[in-house]
Amino acid sequence: MRKFQLITKGFVKENPTFSLLLGMCPTLATTTSAINGMSMGLATLFVLVLSNMAISATAPYIPDKVRIPAYIVIIAAFVTILQFVMQAFTPDIYKTLGLFIPLIVVNCIVLGRAEAFANKNSVLDSACDGLGIGIGFTFALTLLGLVREILGSGSAFNWKFIDGDGILVFVLAPGAFMALAYLIVLFKKVTSGKGE
Amino acid sequence: MAVQSSFKNMTLCLFAVCLVASALLAAVYAITKEPIEVAEHNKTISAIAQVVPEFEGEPVSDTIEVSGRKYPYYVVSKGGQPVGYAINTSSVGYGGPLSLMVGMTADRVIYNTTVLSQSETPGLGAKCVEPEFADQFRNWNPEEKTLAVTKDGGDVDAITASTITSRAYSKAVETAVTVFDAIVSINKGE
Repeated sequence: MRKFQLITKGFVKENPTFSLLLGMCPTLATTTSAINGMSMGLATLFVLVLSNMAISATAPYIPDKVRIPAYIVIIAAFVTILQFVMQAFTPDIYKTLGLFIPLIVVNCIVLGRAEAFANKNSVLDSACDGLGIGIGFTFALTLLGLVREILGSGSAFNWKFIDGDGILVFVLAPGAFMALAYLIVLFKKVTSGKGE
Repeated sequence: MAVQSSFKNMTLCLFAVCLVASALLAAVYAITKEPIEVAEHNKTISAIAQVVPEFEGEPVSDTIEVSGRKYPYYVVSKGGQPVGYAINTSSVGYGGPLSLMVGMTADRVIYNTTVLSQSETPGLGAKCVEPEFADQFRNWNPEEKTLAVTKDGGDVDAITASTITSRAYSKAVETAVTVFDAIVSINKGE
């Protein structure tokens, strides 16, 4: 039961994008389309689960003063592994996301979960936490990407339903801020009264 | 929870973490090295196949130096005769380098072009990969039409609100024509 709660909490109450407002850099930069947002979310999910597990397992042996450098090395190792694997087996996705993959290292969600959760909890709990937060992040990025793609390019998941251009500003950076702001308002409206 | 920090255990711990991480990376690198090379190779081959007429056998790769820069190019042949040249050129776009594969037929006409990599603005300059823009370079004869955007007195229809990208694309194609001339003149000299 507790494991299940750990997973669902990342989805609503501690949704990294809509509730904690963490990891804004990849959120705004990669969500030009639903597919891009989703791939970035899934890449982060992968790193988050593995790094949470590794950090939770090693935390008792790492001296307090050097824990941050140690965590960064662990996270960076996983990100680089992901980069190699994507380059080798999914070159097409790597072509669109390549630029943002190294950014996962400094994504504050990953380090944030390591500090706030993984180093005080068991390996399995940390994996669930990483999975939950990762799913929440993927969901948020896909939704934001979808909204921006529908408004900006008149298509959804690369399926075009309007001929010609949409409202171009939504594909550009200012549109990312606007779409995100309205989604946060909506999210707060829907979730208010629940949880806390 | 965590261990008391001392100079010795901090050094040892970081050393151990880095050692394990680099060992792991080395292993993954060794495993993925070959698939990455194969993927890169396939990417180049499929880009070449898109921009040149039908050919037989493997494209022959070579490089040529034109005014101080090296350009990789690939010759494809059919029945022993070279039928097409795929030339890799690049220019600076709005968001960074724009790298193209430009295919020329043996009679100095552009057969087709394709984008190898670009970092133009999504929704604006990034449209240069779409057929609405890129297809105008098909069967383009540089003798008859000028490779510059209409704004600069040429014949290239620019992408709306992305003149810089369109200029960069035209420039890269134009460079390819220059490189093609250099290749041909070298071959004649032999």
